[in-house]
Amino acid sequence: MGGRVFLDYVDPWINWDWLSSHVALLTTSLLAHLQLTVIAVAIGLAISLPVGVVAQRERFLRGPVLTLFGIFYTIPSIALFALLIPYTGLSTLTAEIGLVGYAVLILTRNVIVGLDAVPRDVIDAADGMGYRPFARLIWVELPLALPTIFAGIRIATVTTIGLITITAVIGQDSLGQLILTGLTDNFHTPLVVGTVLSVVLAFVADLSLALSQRLAVPWARAA
Amino acid sequence: MSILMRVVEWFTNPAHWTGPDGIPIRLLQHVLLSAESVLIGALIALPIGIVLGHYGRFGTAAMNISNVGRAIPSFALLALSFQIFGLGDAPIIISLTALAIPPMVTNSYVAMREVDPDIKEAARGMGYRELAQVLRVELPLAVPLVMGGIRTSAVQVVATATLAALIAGGGFGRYIIDGLAQFDYTKLVAGAILVALLALATEAGLAGVERLLIPRGLRLLSSPATKRVTFKAA
Repeated sequence: MGGRVFLDYVDPWINWDWLSSHVALLTTSLLAHLQLTVIAVAIGLAISLPVGVVAQRERFLRGPVLTLFGIFYTIPSIALFALLIPYTGLSTLTAEIGLVGYAVLILTRNVIVGLDAVPRDVIDAADGMGYRPFARLIWVELPLALPTIFAGIRIATVTTIGLITITAVIGQDSLGQLILTGLTDNFHTPLVVGTVLSVVLAFVADLSLALSQRLAVPWARAA
Repeated sequence: MSILMRVVEWFTNPAHWTGPDGIPIRLLQHVLLSAESVLIGALIALPIGIVLGHYGRFGTAAMNISNVGRAIPSFALLALSFQIFGLGDAPIIISLTALAIPPMVTNSYVAMREVDPDIKEAARGMGYRELAQVLRVELPLAVPLVMGGIRTSAVQVVATATLAALIAGGGFGRYIIDGLAQFDYTKLVAGAILVALLALATEAGLAGVERLLIPRGLRLLSSPATKRVTFKAA
């Protein structure tokens, strides 16, 4: 370290002056992070519900679907982003393809497990009451699978919030960008604040999902 | 020339297979960093999870440690570790070890809880002492889920070790981070392929180890794959 000019300067973990003058940056980073999360989980859910239902019904699809998703899930996100860059560039699309993909695996698995757990008796009773297969799915099976699906949404959301920090490496704005800035500038404050906000966001998101789960499925305690 | 052709050419170039930035050295760095972290993590996590699971104590904590682990970004862990401990392998291994612990604690806890109480009862009836019962009855039955936790941790550690290149670490991450910095998409994609293959090989290799460790009688049962904790950190 040849050129240390400020020998007596010790970088504090939080520089409150920097913090108070960068509130706007923190807010936009937090909102960008939230936006990336909501898009990924929402699209992920829209894909996993039909895929999970079909894979649960058609036994010959279940193995291949879960195996294929499992392989995809094993691929590190940074590697996936890097593989996509020549085609989709350093873009939000690149980030979201990866994030949606990982969310789909978590959610599809929980849709399948949730539907599997619907008791045979309940299905027989619904059939006896004259439910057609689609109505039975919508009004009987999915509501009973909802606690497990909700558990999946919570895991997918918290996972996504963590993974988004990595999208900073491919130039996406998020709390991860604060962490990366802190790292490259050797400046503690954005690094610490980005980390803390990301963890807080994950906990708040998990808590609000747990609460909405309680409202949506009051008959079942959190899975 | 298409990117794929250039990547194939990159791999066939002998210059990329020798020297300090060659594939063998980078592979060795990546594997060593990951293996050390998973090993230290396992030495800490498995006894905790196994003991808690055997006695059925602190179950909420054992389950929640994975939720906490999920909420702390692995990238932040790496960056903070670098700021606290400075350059070198130590800060990388410390953060990767911290990352490896939660899935192994939760999975080994669940694994021990899942052992059929009737079997424990039978073991006691046969005169097994507690330690022998844990080592010779419960643990063999818990192998699939314990190994599931080790696999999850190992894959996540291999994935996160890639990011160590951001704090001047070695490993395959160098190709990705340097490729990005130099706008060298060939190197970037080659690095991504290597990282992805290493992660898949880790998962498959440990699945093989698991198959060897599972008692013969248990292999006939379907594996409780869905009980494995969902954990993706990088």
